[in-house]
Amino acid sequence: MRRTVGVAAASAAVVLMAGCGGGGPQSGGDQKLTGDKIVLGVLNDQSGAYSELSGKNSVTAVEMAIADFTAKYGDKAVTTDITVQTADHQNKPDVANSKAQEMYDRKGVDLILDVPTSSAALKVADVAKEKKKLYFNIGAATTDLTGKSCNRYTFHYAYDTYMLANGTGKTTTEQIGKNWYILYPNYAFGQDMEKSFSTAITAAGGTVVGRDGAPFPNTSGDFSTFLLKAPNLKPKPDVLGTMQAGAELVNVVKQYNEFKLRDKGVGLAVGLMFLTDIHSLTPAALAGTTYTDAWYWNFDAKNREFADRFQQKAGTRPTFAHAANYSAALQYLEAVQAAGTDDADAVVKALEGKTVEDVFLRNGKIRAEDHRVVHDAYLAQVKPQAEVTEPWDYVKVLETIPAAEAFRAPSADCKL
Amino acid sequence: MSGFAQNTFNGLVSGAFYALLALGLAVIFGMLRVVNFAHGAFYMLGAFGAYVLLTEAGVPFWAALVIMPVGLGLLGMALERAVIHRLTTLDPLYNFLLTFGLTLILQDLVKLRYGVQSSPYATPSLLSGSVNFGLFDFPTYRVFILGFAVLLCVAVWWVLTRTRIGMVVRAATERPDLTRAFGIDVGRWVTPVFGFGIGLAGLAGVLAAPMRAVNPLMGADLIIVVFAVVVIGGLGSIFGSVAAGFGIGLVQAWGEAYLSNFPIVSQTIVFVVMAVVLLWRPAGLFGREEAPA
Repeated sequence: MRRTVGVAAASAAVVLMAGCGGGGPQSGGDQKLTGDKIVLGVLNDQSGAYSELSGKNSVTAVEMAIADFTAKYGDKAVTTDITVQTADHQNKPDVANSKAQEMYDRKGVDLILDVPTSSAALKVADVAKEKKKLYFNIGAATTDLTGKSCNRYTFHYAYDTYMLANGTGKTTTEQIGKNWYILYPNYAFGQDMEKSFSTAITAAGGTVVGRDGAPFPNTSGDFSTFLLKAPNLKPKPDVLGTMQAGAELVNVVKQYNEFKLRDKGVGLAVGLMFLTDIHSLTPAALAGTTYTDAWYWNFDAKNREFADRFQQKAGTRPTFAHAANYSAALQYLEAVQAAGTDDADAVVKALEGKTVEDVFLRNGKIRAEDHRVVHDAYLAQVKPQAEVTEPWDYVKVLETIPAAEAFRAPSADCKL
Repeated sequence: MSGFAQNTFNGLVSGAFYALLALGLAVIFGMLRVVNFAHGAFYMLGAFGAYVLLTEAGVPFWAALVIMPVGLGLLGMALERAVIHRLTTLDPLYNFLLTFGLTLILQDLVKLRYGVQSSPYATPSLLSGSVNFGLFDFPTYRVFILGFAVLLCVAVWWVLTRTRIGMVVRAATERPDLTRAFGIDVGRWVTPVFGFGIGLAGLAGVLAAPMRAVNPLMGADLIIVVFAVVVIGGLGSIFGSVAAGFGIGLVQAWGEAYLSNFPIVSQTIVFVVMAVVLLWRPAGLFGREEAPA
């Protein structure tokens, strides 16, 4: 009798344990991972002006994030079936719009990453809102993504015009010179940058003694009229702030050197510059130039370790956009892991208000109010050629701008 | 006053590029009736060629200034023989499309190998200083470009007006059928003239390398203005293209300097001038009205 009880108890225990053991796979069925897999979509410029600062190497960065995530969680990962879809939006808003729809609807993409060019970025934000799918913007600069065009499914990751203007405008005014001459390309981005810079400079006690909108695109490639004007303004500007980007920035800097403005006491500050721009201009042409960087590969050992791994795969050093794509993909996967589902609303909940520390995000926080991802930014200065000791190590960080000061306060225009 | 002189000087330097490119387009159009849309791509190849020669073979700027125009001129001649001349008897649209296609192919080939980021090219050390003109300093390199372009234009003018070759080319450019009627083999001159026009574009590209962003699309933007210059000067008019090139450079520089409160004006001024000229003289400033057949 006693024996029977014992057997029964043992079997009950076995059944119970089996039940417990079975709990894993069963609740796994409740995880609601669409198609039992995660698909990340990188939508960016793969052949045009922004293809080197981001482009295909951002896809490499995202693949690194997937590998690191899988290695970290192993069997405990929500899924090991994580793939990447990519598309070229050619910096055209209409192409970005249709590619984003295709990604969400037909390619089963859970998260769209990158999307440089503000006009294209804003279109994709609309698509994300409509489809209720996640979107981490990295490549675009417009503050509208966390302003009047913000929505529940859109996060803005690396930088924006406010951060660039505030960092460079404020710190350069305090440390290098109070009088500015601003040269900007006369279209939405340039005008926005000019306004943000003027505000930051004035707030820091500086003066904008002159501002000019250069034709955009500047078909003649010539900026000499403005560069000749700069040293003759009264009072003489201490700093020329150029808001040109890409090839136009290259033209401005080449001609700035031709007219020897630095020797005439006019320093150079650049609104938006990527590591790839410095590489193509050479540090000699830019020595002493200040700008705000969202991340620098040789800032500390942690960054450098990432940069080494990146170089093995991509053959070049990462720009801040590459590092941000890595971080964004990784933080999304972490959020899915924490939420146990790829349901967009649940992931948003897991992301909102989260503080994050990773190779890109230092003192990072995903703001719940407007979905701005804030983090430390850096005021950087291009080294003189003589101090460049290894390829791509072109910059020294003058100052770390704390996360709390680097970005603007949540905008009242944003209603999630 | 010194400001005005500087701006004028700058306008002439920009104009020098327009003039060299427009001159090449004009001789090609005159002789072949081909609107060479690939002209901007050859300008880009000139600049890129200089960059590649310097970085991969250590060939200095001065040598590139000779090698690139000659090399591209030969490439142009080969292209003319291989494809362009097959289409010259057809509607001009065919060659327009062909050269446009060539542009895309050349741009993308360069993009494939060197990417879209601009490549660095330093000013030759001999020309990196500045020249003092009393009232103002001016970068030596710009002075050099202006002097070089003016000399080159004068040399071309001399060849065209004072030599027998020039006489034949001019006659063939302006009245090909009549020239043929005099028993001159116009066809023989077509290929070298095309090569010469392309060589000029390549030369302008080499000159641009130290002062402009060297990237695969550098010719694409510029060529639109150059077409406007050619139309203003009068399609096919050799003197007109040079005069309009320098003229448009000046108008742009003055526009930027003195109308800087209205950026939209300096941005569109070239095309406004073009529209006005076309209304006033439909054949361009120095073009000849086609006599009714």
